[in-house]
Amino acid sequence: MSTAVTTVTPVMPAKHYLNDNYGIRSWLLTKDHKRIAILYLVSITFFFFIGGLFAALIRMELLTPQGDLFQSDTYNKLFSMHGINMVFFFLVPSIPATLGNFVLPIMLGARDLAFPKINLLSWYIYIAGALFSLATMVSGGVDTGWTFYTPLSSGFLRTHVVLIAVGVIMAGFSSIFTGLNFIVTVHRMRAPGLTWGRLPLFVWSNYATSLIMVLATPVLAITLTLLALERGFHIGIFDPKLGGDPVLFQHMFWFYSHPAVYIMILPGMGVISELVTCFSRKRVFGYAFVAFSSIAIAVFGFLVWAHHMFVAGVSQYSAMVFSLLSFAVAIPSAVKVFNWTATMYKGSISLETPMLYALGFIGLFTVGGLTGIMLAALGLDVQVHDTYFVIAHFHYVMVGGMVTAYLGGLHFWWPKITGRMYPEAPAKLAALITFIGFNLTFFPQFILGYLGMPRRYHAYPPEFQVLNVLSSAGASVLAVGFLLPAIYFMWSLKYGAIAGDNPWRATGLEWQTTSPPPTHNFHEVPVVTTEPYAYGDEPEVTIVH
Amino acid sequence: MSTSQTTTTEHHPALAHQFDSMAQQQEASTFGMWVFLLTEIMMFGGLFTAYLIYRIKYYDGFVAGSTSISVSWGFANTLVLIASSFTMAMAVWAGEKGIRKAQMGFLIGTMILGAAFLCIKGEEYYTKYDECHIPGRVIGKGFDATGGCSAQDPKLGNIAEEVQQHAKELGKTVPEASALQTARQSEIFFSFYFLMTGLHAFHMLVGMGLLSWLFLRSKRGEFGPAYHTPLELGGLYWHFVDIVWIFLFPLLYLISRHAHAV
Repeated sequence: MSTAVTTVTPVMPAKHYLNDNYGIRSWLLTKDHKRIAILYLVSITFFFFIGGLFAALIRMELLTPQGDLFQSDTYNKLFSMHGINMVFFFLVPSIPATLGNFVLPIMLGARDLAFPKINLLSWYIYIAGALFSLATMVSGGVDTGWTFYTPLSSGFLRTHVVLIAVGVIMAGFSSIFTGLNFIVTVHRMRAPGLTWGRLPLFVWSNYATSLIMVLATPVLAITLTLLALERGFHIGIFDPKLGGDPVLFQHMFWFYSHPAVYIMILPGMGVISELVTCFSRKRVFGYAFVAFSSIAIAVFGFLVWAHHMFVAGVSQYSAMVFSLLSFAVAIPSAVKVFNWTATMYKGSISLETPMLYALGFIGLFTVGGLTGIMLAALGLDVQVHDTYFVIAHFHYVMVGGMVTAYLGGLHFWWPKITGRMYPEAPAKLAALITFIGFNLTFFPQFILGYLGMPRRYHAYPPEFQVLNVLSSAGASVLAVGFLLPAIYFMWSLKYGAIAGDNPWRATGLEWQTTSPPPTHNFHEVPVVTTEPYAYGDEPEVTIVH
Repeated sequence: MSTSQTTTTEHHPALAHQFDSMAQQQEASTFGMWVFLLTEIMMFGGLFTAYLIYRIKYYDGFVAGSTSISVSWGFANTLVLIASSFTMAMAVWAGEKGIRKAQMGFLIGTMILGAAFLCIKGEEYYTKYDECHIPGRVIGKGFDATGGCSAQDPKLGNIAEEVQQHAKELGKTVPEASALQTARQSEIFFSFYFLMTGLHAFHMLVGMGLLSWLFLRSKRGEFGPAYHTPLELGGLYWHFVDIVWIFLFPLLYLISRHAHAV
């Protein structure tokens, strides 16, 4: 233990990836994983606010029991486009394509991902898919719901199902390419001395995510292709009128889309592992358990899809098996929550903004996870299927979990990405507003669902109004919480304090290079000699901004 | 990692900046190709699963559909593709040895065999078009169990008639209603026949594109003992597409052939 206190004044490096070259070409043709991460960041932020706009319209309609603001057909389109944009164009790429793209190669001590051209291609494919989604929106939208259930989608609706299916398939291929790149990079590009047992937990969780992306997404591609072909050529695959089986569509769709839910939470868990250990100044409790629980969630995630179909006429025995397996997913998830808590125990916790988000995540994810266990129980699921209980559960995991972790990670690595600090006071305020707004929005929905309010209707009985007004009020608070970071992040690009290489005194290779890093990440190849979270041994350094 | 510590004395022009050595680059690229093929397996896997479910559900229709396609052409195509796998393997071998002429020759040979496969497939598709067996009512004349376009030429492809005819040969009778039911089910078989062979043919087309690109590169003399990774990756892809066919052939052409000896 060192007792001498060193004082460091942070400086901006003269040459880094942002000022290496200039101009629109240097961005659109870049093969630098850090710049591609920023391209993704801008694109998915755009879709986050588009999806948010649809959510705002939904909450406005639900202020009153009557369907007065929108007609039911319009309302169908609103929740469909909200779900499709948020799931496929924001949540799936969110952490892997932005924070993962940026820090994963640096965490490995590599100069870039294994296939930089494929990385850029994945962004272009995402953009092409995004254009299809935008085209769908401006040409009148789609009203299938984000689940595209047949035969409604393949035989009955007159909206642009094929257009959005092509867009979603493309978004899927872009995530396949990201996953492929991550897997190969983790296997083949680690710095000398960086063994599997020394990998940061963020790398482990992104690796598990990549396995799901690579193995599940192709099934979505073929399923939506079949759907589009059935719609276009009237061949019978899913439409019972043509001899097809609609339940087969549900099986094939959820074979992707349930694992996809873990694509949308595992990277967030990885972020939280980094944050909790850093701001508790303590080694992660049970490193191996946290690492392997990510892999376990990925594996179990492939075996639970039919719990979405308990009321779709699957056999009782398969429903029981799927229910049991769904309970099993709770084990690795709980391992993570307990280990984060144990990591904090007797740590020297400091409540900077990223840690506020991490604490929020642990609470909200626990609520989302526990209600997930309730839903995995056959008897209860049949009662609350397709009610707001499911909506609330899903949003506690996806927004309370993933979006919270995404914002926490963004604050944590913002100094590394831009070289500047965000302003701490408004950031803490935003974290608080987000937490309050989120709970106000979604907790009433648990009650609404339990009382029997079904999802996907624009009108509801008058006795549900109080809870719905609370929820809509919460949504507007939440919107403020999401807009604030957008504003002060932009502000900090010019006026933020110079961050220095390691403002959090964190371990991990990404903090050993400059902020922002040079184009090739490191001036010399780092050699790893220690475990990933050697907190407690480092010398005291005070950073004066 | 041992490979990242080896410093290459001379910098190969094909070595990308993110890799430390040619060996690391080759390992990463090959591994990446295998992961990509894994995604392909999952994609075809979805289609194969759907196929199996309907094959169990509509077995009679699948038998009727399967017996109506040409097992000889299918078998010929299997041989063509196995031969093309051989020439592809030889092209990779010539790449490792750095024999430019042989690389080019074997690549051309592989492309000719690939083209032959696609021609035979086209001929089979045309026959199905002619027999009104294209499912749905969008492309071509449209299959119709109750006659439809085949009413114009009763000799051609009326599955219901064939089912009754075949039953008669075995000394049984099949009522017309159930023969028509089987015919309607066979339409699902044809859906899968065109989807599966179509997706496979699409992969063949992509493969032909890859081979042309590899041919140009080997003409420029880019491949030799030190660097032939693209040839190897092209080879992996081509063999994968061949293996898919090895599964497609029995699944589509050989359903219950023993009961329908031609």
